[in-house]
Amino acid sequence: MTTVTQAQSRIRILPAFFALALGFGVIALTGHVQAAALHDAAHDVRHATGFPCH
Amino acid sequence: MYSRFLVSALFAGATAGLIAGILQLIFVQPVLLHAELYESGQLVHFGAEAVTAHPDLPGFDVMRDGLSLIFTMLTYTGYALIMIALMGIAEDRGAVIDGRTGLIWGVAGFVVFHLAPGVSLAPEVPGVAAADVTARQIWWFATVGAAAVALWLVAFGTTWMVWGVAAVLLAAPHLIGAPEPDVLVGPVPTEIGALFAARAFGVGLAAWVLLGSFAGYFWQREGVADTSTASA
Repeated sequence: MTTVTQAQSRIRILPAFFALALGFGVIALTGHVQAAALHDAAHDVRHATGFPCH
Repeated sequence: MYSRFLVSALFAGATAGLIAGILQLIFVQPVLLHAELYESGQLVHFGAEAVTAHPDLPGFDVMRDGLSLIFTMLTYTGYALIMIALMGIAEDRGAVIDGRTGLIWGVAGFVVFHLAPGVSLAPEVPGVAAADVTARQIWWFATVGAAAVALWLVAFGTTWMVWGVAAVLLAAPHLIGAPEPDVLVGPVPTEIGALFAARAFGVGLAAWVLLGSFAGYFWQREGVADTSTASA
């Protein structure tokens, strides 16, 4: 039983970090990258979500 | 296991993001558009004549508001990925993750991503004066990171010392202070700025509570699917 739990934890930690990194990537892209096109498209969302804008 | 993280985050993020986007268009967007009339100089505050508080605002703009919906859904999917990653790790350590406990995760997520940075760097209405954007982004990420660690320590710590460290982490960014502009030159009336910040926080809290609950629900559901596939 213990081995099963441990094996499961080891399998889970990698995808968890993968999801964490992907999540931060998405937030950085939608909320923080200053490229003009991206900024203009996401402008209202950035203001409404409290991201630093302009 | 990768698919459990991705699928539950996508479902939770897209659903909560869609609702957040609609709430934003109804409650936040009119205040934002009102502020833009001052930003562009169409309305002038502090002039000789009184200005109406109820100007005609542009209606629904398919391109602009459609993009807002898409980007809100994307943003909340990003949040969902982060929250579900942490939910997975917490579940390994014995925490119960479902739609009900997800409500608390949602409140915590709101505190980490909206309230903690927003206390010193209030949600900006268009047209306000602000410090250099890079400096504000660095402060934003540092504050969000500190708040995330702090709330994890509050939730899963068991000693007063750990909770003390959490309190210091929560307070430190605000004691240090956020980057502020040198001069205040914003043309927007204070009533509009205050309403904007309040609305942004209110919609943010509603969206995050939904996101937490959806994330907990889909995480648990996808887990059941995982187990039944494995035993089949």
